[in-house]
Amino acid sequence: MVGFSPIPAMSMMSFAAGSRFLQLFGGVNLSFYDWYCDLPNSFPEIWGEQTDVAESADWYNSKFVAVMGANLGMTRTPDVHFFAESRHNGTKTVVFSPDFNMVSKYADQWIPVHAGQDGAFWMAVTHVILKEAHFEQKIPYFIEYTKKYTDAPFLVELNKEGENYVPGRLLRANSIEKYKASENGDWKFLNIDEKTGEFICPPGSSGHRWQEKKGSWNLQYNDGETGKEYNPLLSLIEQKDEVLQVEFIHFEQNKKVKRGVPVKYLQTKNGKIAFTTVYDLMMAQHGVSRGLDGDYPAGYEDANSAYTPAWQEIYTGISSGTVIQFTREWYKTAKATNGKCSVIIGAGINHWYHSNLIYRSATMSLILTGCIGVNGGGMNHYVGQEKLAPFDSWGAIMSGKDWKIPVRFQQTPIWHYIHSDQWRYDGNQADYNAVPKNDFSSQHSADLIAKSVRNGWMPFFPQYNKNSFDIAAEAKKSGATGNKGIQDYIIDKLKTGELKYSVNQPDNEENFPRVWYIWRGNALLSSAKGHEYFLKHYLGTHHNEIADEVAKEFVKEIEWKEDAPEGKMDLVVDLNFRMDTSALYSDIVLPAASWYEKADLNSTDMHSFIHPLSAAIPPVWESKTDWEIFREIARVTSEVAKEHLPEPMLDIVNMPIAHDSPGEISQPEIKDWFTGECEAIPGKTMHNIVTVERDYTQIYNKYISLGDNVRNGLGAHGISFPCEDYYDQLLQNTQHVNTIDGKKYPSIKEDVKAIDAVLLLSSLTNGKLSERAFENAEKNTGMDLSKLRPQNNDFSITYKDLQAQPRRLLNSPLWSGTVENGRAYSAFTMNTEYLIPWRTLTGRQHMYLDHQGYIAFGENLPTYKPSPRPELYGDLRKSVKEGRAKLFNVLTPHGKWHIHSTYGDTLRMLTLSRGMEPCWLNEKDAEALGVKDNDWVGSAKRQRGLLYPCLCEFANSSGHLHHLPRTRTNLFCAKIAQPRK
Amino acid sequence: MKNIRSQISMVFHLDKCIGCHTCSIACKNIWTDRKGAEYMWWNNVETKPGTGYPSKWENQDAYKGGWEKNGDSLELKGAGKLKGLKTLFHNTHMPTMDNYYEPWNYQYSKLLDSPEMDDQPTAEAVSMITGEKMTPKSGPNWDDDLSGSPIYARNDVNMKDLSPSEKETMFQLERMVMFYLPRICNHCLNPACVAACPSGAFYKRGEDGIVLVNQKQCRGWRMCITACPHKKVYYNWNTGKSEKCILCYPRLETGQVPACMHSCVGRIRYLGVMLYDADRIKEIASCEEKDLLKKQLEIYLDPNDPEVIAAAKACGIADSTIDSAQKSPVWKYVKEWGIALPLHPEFRTLPNLFYVMPLLPAMAQINDDNNYHTASSALWDDMKNPRLPLKYLASIFSAGDVNIVGKILEKLMTVRLHRRAVTVGDLNQNEVNTAMLASGLTPEQADGIYRLTSLARLEERFVIPPAHREEAIEMIEETHIHKGNTGFGFMDRPKRGL
Ligand code: SF4
Ligand code: SF4
Repeated sequence: MVGFSPIPAMSMMSFAAGSRFLQLFGGVNLSFYDWYCDLPNSFPEIWGEQTDVAESADWYNSKFVAVMGANLGMTRTPDVHFFAESRHNGTKTVVFSPDFNMVSKYADQWIPVHAGQDGAFWMAVTHVILKEAHFEQKIPYFIEYTKKYTDAPFLVELNKEGENYVPGRLLRANSIEKYKASENGDWKFLNIDEKTGEFICPPGSSGHRWQEKKGSWNLQYNDGETGKEYNPLLSLIEQKDEVLQVEFIHFEQNKKVKRGVPVKYLQTKNGKIAFTTVYDLMMAQHGVSRGLDGDYPAGYEDANSAYTPAWQEIYTGISSGTVIQFTREWYKTAKATNGKCSVIIGAGINHWYHSNLIYRSATMSLILTGCIGVNGGGMNHYVGQEKLAPFDSWGAIMSGKDWKIPVRFQQTPIWHYIHSDQWRYDGNQADYNAVPKNDFSSQHSADLIAKSVRNGWMPFFPQYNKNSFDIAAEAKKSGATGNKGIQDYIIDKLKTGELKYSVNQPDNEENFPRVWYIWRGNALLSSAKGHEYFLKHYLGTHHNEIADEVAKEFVKEIEWKEDAPEGKMDLVVDLNFRMDTSALYSDIVLPAASWYEKADLNSTDMHSFIHPLSAAIPPVWESKTDWEIFREIARVTSEVAKEHLPEPMLDIVNMPIAHDSPGEISQPEIKDWFTGECEAIPGKTMHNIVTVERDYTQIYNKYISLGDNVRNGLGAHGISFPCEDYYDQLLQNTQHVNTIDGKKYPSIKEDVKAIDAVLLLSSLTNGKLSERAFENAEKNTGMDLSKLRPQNNDFSITYKDLQAQPRRLLNSPLWSGTVENGRAYSAFTMNTEYLIPWRTLTGRQHMYLDHQGYIAFGENLPTYKPSPRPELYGDLRKSVKEGRAKLFNVLTPHGKWHIHSTYGDTLRMLTLSRGMEPCWLNEKDAEALGVKDNDWVGSAKRQRGLLYPCLCEFANSSGHLHHLPRTRTNLFCAKIAQPRK
Repeated sequence: MKNIRSQISMVFHLDKCIGCHTCSIACKNIWTDRKGAEYMWWNNVETKPGTGYPSKWENQDAYKGGWEKNGDSLELKGAGKLKGLKTLFHNTHMPTMDNYYEPWNYQYSKLLDSPEMDDQPTAEAVSMITGEKMTPKSGPNWDDDLSGSPIYARNDVNMKDLSPSEKETMFQLERMVMFYLPRICNHCLNPACVAACPSGAFYKRGEDGIVLVNQKQCRGWRMCITACPHKKVYYNWNTGKSEKCILCYPRLETGQVPACMHSCVGRIRYLGVMLYDADRIKEIASCEEKDLLKKQLEIYLDPNDPEVIAAAKACGIADSTIDSAQKSPVWKYVKEWGIALPLHPEFRTLPNLFYVMPLLPAMAQINDDNNYHTASSALWDDMKNPRLPLKYLASIFSAGDVNIVGKILEKLMTVRLHRRAVTVGDLNQNEVNTAMLASGLTPEQADGIYRLTSLARLEERFVIPPAHREEAIEMIEETHIHKGNTGFGFMDRPKRGL
């Protein structure tokens, strides 16, 4: 049983309603943020953070803003005034977009970069920054920033591959004698002290974070082991033993170049190791020769050599002069303001191929000019709505953690990829994408998913080809005792093949997902990537799937079944207040209260307030709030359980190894226990296996009561704080207390009570808890954070307070920006100002990604990769191309007035647009196709051959279109667009 | 100065307008969500270049709106009382449903009631007028964001003075440009609608200059519809009467901000009082076209001038109104700083909405190498070569005067230079000083413009006096009797008989 509900931060209690029920039940929650492709992968890569950005008010503080892939006027309508206003205070604004979109009107410069090529532009910007601002001018602010807050001074091993050297892993602290015995030595790293030339182990690495002795997880210039003061050496160029020619791959030209890199040597028991710094690799990768030999570009105008301004012209269509001018203005502004240049970035990039590389390339320009962790700076990603500010307390209620329940949270993209059988239509990923050829990079994605599941990197549900209750019962019967006994039993059965992972046999009946709850969103069509596969393989209904199944010859891990199953799901239940496409396809539609008919909470990354939704009117007719609906479902479930599952059941939950837990430093190398490369140790070399007892007769009681696991403290992101006293405070409200088995629990039966519990128990809304969270952070970091604590800690808020007026959130170490005294929130200002590490490998911002997988895919350094050509694979190969048809790139599925919003299909908004979301084409393309404005055109891909009114205009550059259907107003089914089978 | 009056007037900062249409929605939900009013948008927002709503409303050759100068006198262009009589029953210049649009709704119930089919059900469009199925072919914002530009943007009336090559460059991708133009009734000083009405249903309120239609008196002649050059009077096909923007006077009278302004997401609107010399209306409205703009701006009087204050008091203008006029953000934009212009002064209605023009991106070109090149090597373009041809802007805002339009853009850029010098300091100070001198702005003025543009809160953007309703009521009935009747609506006697 799975549930999907998107955008939890928008009406978080309604979200929590369904997830709380599902988790108490033992069901699975599907994630939304990554599924919508809204999660910027570069954020965890660089900062160890899902997403953390400036609130919109901080745009005003920026003095140079570059906007790319984000149409602020359209998608951030309430906030864009800050952008407009900053211009009149002397800010320069540049907008990158292939079309003259709404935000372009606010630009000082509109740069019509070719779609998806922004990465090439930024690689060249970084080239110019490294050459002029770093190498030639050595601007002190930039150099100091780079030393202190980035992995640039960290040492990287160079490995010999054949005749050539290639960048390898970061040099581990325990590879030298001095730090050999250090705890977590595999997770501590090395710098060289500028003055003495000695090796230094900087504090603040993940090894320091999770070691026994706390207090050295910080960014001070004191050796993390010895405490000795130091100053990191950024480049070996002045102290090199030698210059080695290192191989770099230029994917766009499919060629390898050799560039000179300054190195030093280290004697180890395994021989001599050559190493350099990340900074030196960045210089070489970006083509800044600094007088070293090798395939370096001759100058800015050398178009053959990556990544020069002239080189990028080929991909972006933007002149090299424009790039150079842009870069100079950029770094001069950053220099004059100590980092007040920012990038605002959105779905136009994040939904594009290699979005993480594009993000990383722009982020390098920001980092190298000291623009991260500064008000007015920042990589400000606004896609989706992910910021659940009171994550500590809300998270507990949402997940059933208050009842100490191990969660079944599912990363959605892999789940749909496997279950909806889209993997069957895919060849090897490496066939479409530019990767270095090696075993790791050239496997089928589904196989890699199977490996990632068993090795604990990814969750996957169902877990096994056998009911977990039965496995637990059989294990007990065979004499297994305790958690460990059951773990051993399962590992043994997996090894012998008696038990199989569901992910390896997705088309076997026992592994099908069966029941799907959908609430607060439109999971079919609108949010379904691969709608036709959903229709076919999940629902078994009419569909328009035309692609060939090609995976058979590629998959090795996943079992191939000749006939793909259709209609895997038994029951789809939708909570809805519209008859949208999900409702149309559901078996049961439960009428849900709309936004203005219920009590709820909202938070967002666009501003630093928490605010309420209130019932302006009661839910109309028979509709109910989500909180009430799931509460009722829980009540009936417990009712029928008395007959069907009267006894407590022992369940087994597989949990992947999580970020921000000690487990994150358990696998220094990729090793597969299943193939015997290492021993199977749950929580270390493989996923965790935990047991939990579920009493189905008690689900309702638990749903309506706040469990006493809260007494053990709350927290998130590696921070925890005690809150027993506040739990007791809730119990004092005797009107709202439930008694279960003679024990009293605070009641959260009413939505408002659940909201009040969230507000009372969060470090974002309760001053004392904020203080306690900072005390905890002080212990971990050894830094004085007292200035960050709330001035007036005797502060907490209730739902009623919020109804009177939204309240600003408090400082909390759960997040990284400070907001005291009306200061605008900007991400990572706590890190830069209080020397708190980022939650990354080295504790610094990562330019270099030290991971075997990244090295195998050629993405350990920021790079540029060309877009794959979708016409080479999938259903596009079979779509109509002849006659009046043309292949377009979709710029963005976003349209005016329907960004995560249902306004788009109100009569008003439809009247102010063209009666529906039309398809935007360039007038020349339209002319070539013989299409006139307001003609109907058909989309032959995915959307079941529907017709849309066409809208011709010149603001769109040729070859692109915008469009996404969401609802069913004024659509006609096409006859002409039906592809031939 | 014998006849001083006060006018509530609005400034729109077009550089800030998002084109979000929230204003239109607020207005529609409050005032025109009624039968017969479906197609009306008292507040609408247009993409420029474009043809707007109703389509090509600015083309007075076709619609015959506004006034025309005839020797020394002034005549309504298409709907004078005399002309009007001739065309009373057949008014060919009036916009038709096609020029507006046919309002529609959807068969939403089809989605709920559909039986199982071999495909999904859809909710098709039906006309709100005829109830028949229809395919929408036009709407109140049909050319939003340059959509349908071959038909709409390319036929913008304001390009009439551009040469064919100037026109063509506007439509090259790299020179692409658009901005938004929100419009309501201008509550003109010389309203053509009032002049055209044969029934005397139109009137301009004494206390604040709001132009209203007495619904009891309107006989549905529709002369006003032709007469208004802004096409801001609408005919309600259900009641058979004309309606228009009422500047939310019931809200204003209770100290509330008009709905369009209150909901304005871009915070682009400013509402304030302007004192003007009503004796000069005729003279100014009938002056030479080249002087029109300059003269219209002369009609507004300096509220800080002791003579004006004394004369205003003598005309019975309340102290609180004079006080508001002195704090008026409109006065600042229009007169003190001279950076806001009226819409189409050449229509001679002396309109009272003023617009700060948008700056828009610097020019660029695609060279032979097929690459995009920035045209300016400075941090900012100096506006000598603005993205929108000055002639185009001048056609909308200055009756063709390109100098004044250019001067305003220069001032706006100078404010930015000044603020950059203050907040970043990376510019050559001599160049900044030269620009300041050339623009005629002092640093204080530049800071003032920046403040009101970027930081002003609602109370600085909305400065109107409390309504002295007692004065208006007094003219009709005794104030205490009025008070007693408030809340119970009209006290009409019942009609006898069956
Ligand atoms: S804009 Fe039109 S309706 Fe309004 S006052 Fe002027 S002439 Fe009359
Ligand atoms: S609400 Fe304001 S910003 Fe939005 S379109 Fe209307 S005038 Fe422009």
